[in-house]
Amino acid sequence: MKILVPIKRVPDPALKTKVKDGAIDLTGANWVVNPFDEYAVETALRLLENGEAGARVAGAEIVVVTIGPEDAAQQLRSALATGADRAIRVDAEDKALDAGVVVAALVQIIAAEKPDLVILGKQAVDGDANQVGQMLAGKLGWAQATFAASVELAADQKSVLVGREVDAGVEYKRIGTPGILTVDLRIVSPHSVKNNVTPATFAYPDGPRYASLKGIMAAKKKPMDVKKLSDYGVTTTPVTREVGIELPAARAAGQIVADIPTLVKKLADEAKAI
Amino acid sequence: MGNVLAFCEFTSSGPKSSALSNLTFARQAAAAHGGEVIALLIGPGAAAAAGAVAAFAAKVVTVEDPGLDNYLAETYAPIVARLAGEHGASVVTATATSVGKDLIPRAAALLDAGCASDISKLAAKNQFVRPILAGNAYSTVEISSPVICVTVRQSEFAPAEALGAAGAVSSAPAGAIDAAGATFDHLESQKSDRPDLGDAKVVVSGGRGMKTGENFKVLEQLADLLGAAMGASRAATDAGMVPADWQVGQTGKIVAPNLYFAVAISGAIQHLAGMKGSKTIVAINKDKEAPIFQIADYGIVGEWEKAVPELIEEIKKVKASR
Ligand SMILES: Cc1cc2nc3c(=O)[nH]c(=O)nc-3n(C[C@H](O)[C@H](O)[C@H](O)COP(=O)(O)OP(=O)(O)OC[C@H]3O[C@@H](n4cnc5c(N)ncnc54)[C@H](O)[C@@H]3O)c2cc1C
Ligand SMILES: Nc1ncnc2c1ncn2[C@@H]1O[C@H](COP(=O)(O)O)[C@@H](O)[C@H]1O
Repeated sequence: MKILVPIKRVPDPALKTKVKDGAIDLTGANWVVNPFDEYAVETALRLLENGEAGARVAGAEIVVVTIGPEDAAQQLRSALATGADRAIRVDAEDKALDAGVVVAALVQIIAAEKPDLVILGKQAVDGDANQVGQMLAGKLGWAQATFAASVELAADQKSVLVGREVDAGVEYKRIGTPGILTVDLRIVSPHSVKNNVTPATFAYPDGPRYASLKGIMAAKKKPMDVKKLSDYGVTTTPVTREVGIELPAARAAGQIVADIPTLVKKLADEAKAI
Repeated sequence: MGNVLAFCEFTSSGPKSSALSNLTFARQAAAAHGGEVIALLIGPGAAAAAGAVAAFAAKVVTVEDPGLDNYLAETYAPIVARLAGEHGASVVTATATSVGKDLIPRAAALLDAGCASDISKLAAKNQFVRPILAGNAYSTVEISSPVICVTVRQSEFAPAEALGAAGAVSSAPAGAIDAAGATFDHLESQKSDRPDLGDAKVVVSGGRGMKTGENFKVLEQLADLLGAAMGASRAATDAGMVPADWQVGQTGKIVAPNLYFAVAISGAIQHLAGMKGSKTIVAINKDKEAPIFQIADYGIVGEWEKAVPELIEEIKKVKASR
């Protein structure tokens, strides 16, 4: 089974947002793999290995891909270091991209690579758009299981049963391969991924794995193809353009209140909230 | 062209309140584009709910078919796309619920449309304001495709008021239904009599400092006293203390109630992204340095074990004295 994982680099979400000349100031930004994409790589690894025995199951391959500038190769290397086999970077400046262009490129890469599953993050935490996976599935005419909190690969590897986090609870949806998955936070819980190879009782650590030193060394030798959009015949141009950025208004400073009776009095009289 | 196709979620009694926010945006977009609002209801009970929805939109189109009894993006998106074409829609919109977020980008792909997700404002005809970076900035995007797809953040658009005259109701065929190999299996949900997080006037949320699911009972008492919905931080949902669908934040639910209680929640930016639009915020935390106090209107520095039971008693007293 072959799994393709599209990953995006994002500015470290823990750092403060600054605006300069009407745009987000990214000078000196610390770039990291979008957290949901780390979870997507982890999901792919768990689907294709025997967690108990460690080793990858036969015939399994994980290809990570990013559409982005030269620097983004670093984030591909991190994914290779945790266990992905091969990387593809499609060279493009961030400004030349929107969801439509990314999807057009992914469609061509998928045509060339023929993966059985494509696993994406549910959203990139810079743009918070939450749309590339769904658009990609629409363009390909493939089934989609978005916001996956659990996934179980059938023994015949022809379908997955996905627990999706929806407003009303957890919806279980089955999709066949090839298909599209987008993953939510809880996909990296100890028992969220089942593949009928790793014993069902096996508990993974909570969260995505870290790269080992050995993994980091090995990643340096793993293949990374660099392509251009034109290599894939992508002529799509962005239809979405950012025309302005604003920081939200700060909330007025609040107050620490001494005790509960004072709080309740203020909630009733001042805020008129109860 | 110029019309706005508004995909609306409904119950047997009419539009969901989340759909009414979508219709408010749809009216603004229709005015900007010089067209009218067409509310689209797909699925079982659509025809029965249409009458109630017609109070809010010039036109209502319903699509029912046994093949559409369970929502699937694969079967619904082609219908949305086809009807957008048939009705001359320039804008296709839904509320950014878990259904809207799943469906609209897929429909956008079928329409070759650009998609603005989770918008907070219509800035100009083809310009939309949307929160990015966990709500740390607002980006205005301009979309130049002939058809534009949008999902709307419920908390940023007041529910639509009824129009003077009822809209015209019609039904449309489902057409060929192809789920692309997807099947709905089942839904696991915990029934609750409390209001939906998205609609609630008051939300009571607990965090990691609650320590166990059992401890949330005292927060539920507070919630029930105030008719509130229950929420939680990711740390609490991840630890399995409470159901995942209680999560408030950048990657959970976005809420903007009148009154929000953050109990034993530190106030990470991802949590704030989901609740800082609340009118009044109360924080209870034993750590006076907790970042939640920077955005709270009222803070109590102390342990919830003592503060929350006292709060319940005090609110009961105030209620009794009225
Ligand atoms: C990609 C990504 C997405 C995320 N999305 C979300 C999201 O949508 N929503 C979300 O909430 N988080 C989200 N997070 C997680 C977020 O970064 C924080 O880790 C999380 O919000 C912390 O939850 P907490 O405040 O409950 O826990 P902590 O940060 O551990 O805080 C616990 C608090 O409880 C207080 N406390 C402890 N005991 C007591 C007591 N007895 N009485 C009173 N106070 C007490 C402590 O002082 C502390 O402030 C996301 C993270 C990532 C990386
Ligand atoms: N430039 C990109 N290159 C590769 N994958 C991407 C890119 N942009 C988005 N993705 C993928 O699409 C997912 C959803 O992104 P978004 O719709 O932008 O929130 C991400 O989690 C990635 O898996």
